[in-house]
Amino acid sequence: MLLFWRTLLALPQAWRQRRKVFDQFFEIGNASLLMVCVLSFFIGGVIALNFGPALVERSFTNAVGGVVGLAIAKELAPVMMAILIAGRIGSAMAAEIGSMSVYQEIDALRTMNINPIHYLVLPRILAIAVALPLLVIFSVLVGWFGGATVANFNHLMDIPYQVFLANLKDMVGLKDVVNGVFKSFCFALIVGTVSCHQGLTTIGGPRGIGRSVTKAVVNSIVLIVVFDYLLTRFMAQ
Amino acid sequence: MNPANSNSSGVGLVVRGLRKSFGGQEVLKGVDVTVQPGEIFVIMGPSGSGKSVLLKHLIGLETPDAGEILINGEPITAPEVAARYRMALVFQSGALLNSLTVGENVGLYLAEHRLKSPAEIEAVVAEKLADVGLKDAMNKMPAELSGGMKKRVAIARALVIEPQFILYDEPTSELDPLSAVVIGNEILALNRKIGVTSLVVSHDRDLAFGVADRIAVMAEGRILTIGTPDEVNKFNDPLVQSFLRADFKREN
Repeated sequence: MLLFWRTLLALPQAWRQRRKVFDQFFEIGNASLLMVCVLSFFIGGVIALNFGPALVERSFTNAVGGVVGLAIAKELAPVMMAILIAGRIGSAMAAEIGSMSVYQEIDALRTMNINPIHYLVLPRILAIAVALPLLVIFSVLVGWFGGATVANFNHLMDIPYQVFLANLKDMVGLKDVVNGVFKSFCFALIVGTVSCHQGLTTIGGPRGIGRSVTKAVVNSIVLIVVFDYLLTRFMAQ
Repeated sequence: MNPANSNSSGVGLVVRGLRKSFGGQEVLKGVDVTVQPGEIFVIMGPSGSGKSVLLKHLIGLETPDAGEILINGEPITAPEVAARYRMALVFQSGALLNSLTVGENVGLYLAEHRLKSPAEIEAVVAEKLADVGLKDAMNKMPAELSGGMKKRVAIARALVIEPQFILYDEPTSELDPLSAVVIGNEILALNRKIGVTSLVVSHDRDLAFGVADRIAVMAEGRILTIGTPDEVNKFNDPLVQSFLRADFKREN
């Protein structure tokens, strides 16, 4: 919490650190886009496969697009992408900053009067806070397409693309997508803050770095799931 | 460290009754040291004697449990005082940022504090690297450098700050004798050239007696003696003498 508060106080420095923010942003996008694409397509597909036949069997064919669309937009895309980013980017952040702590690079920054929060933490948290919601929007679209594709080609459903998307449009509003994107923004702050904190507090040698990486990922995932419930509860009211 | 302060003359340092414990173990047990402006002061002692911890207190990376550190008579723990003086630490490992090139490492202080334009920074970096004999290393990554080169880059990075007080943590550890001499000569040349007060922490006897104006010998968190190299060499204390005379004995 203290690190998050200090990062908020450092926000006026954001423009000065813009190059590092863009570097981190590119790193996150470059490292995750293909994985997001594959993961989202199959998540959409598997949701359609799980719920579609049961709904069709009970004559709720018109609900398949909506159920898949809602599940992906409100829940699966934000949570799965946040967990993916915690594993892929959060771990890398904790390892990089942890290694800098262990090898005195952060002490070196301090002796040069360079604040590690401005130099290391702020750009990473800003980049992830922008990148994750964008990845979630991309994930939602790919997930919908994955669901529509499976619904179209699976012989138990045989729902054409146009029908699936029309049903989806009927049940899923912009508000639902915004809810999911807002959740992903909160998850991004959690992943960024937890990972940077673990990195900065790393002690010991390579084993300490490994421990920090594990803690960064595990703590992020636990907090994502807890906050997912709290945010869903809050937004449902 | 105030970059606007252009006064480059060395500063004096007084350490009084400095104490520090980690997890109940007292590492510094009341250290008293006075470093005169412009002198090269070497703190020697066996590994684990508290030398590096003392150094971290002087640069502000640790806060003491008790005692005070005065720079030109003012307490260094006050942020406004610390901000008035330019100090630099050359880390034992070099502590170069591995994700940056040598040139970016050396120019980091100027770039982050926006003290000069990119072209001016490049010129300063080239000049400082040339000062330490590494003018061709600007675009190399730290991983491509030898241990001695890393330490010289770390010295160049410290010089960019135009320090009034420069601290060296074990500058010749892990170096071959030739590289150690290069580093020792570098410390002497900088002190003579810009009058910077230099505090060297080392257990290298050759370096200490080669560059020091005065030497302090430290053991178990205490200063055992302070004096000129001659005085320390003649100091009649079994612990000091055993440290200074330690040698291999080969029986035929």
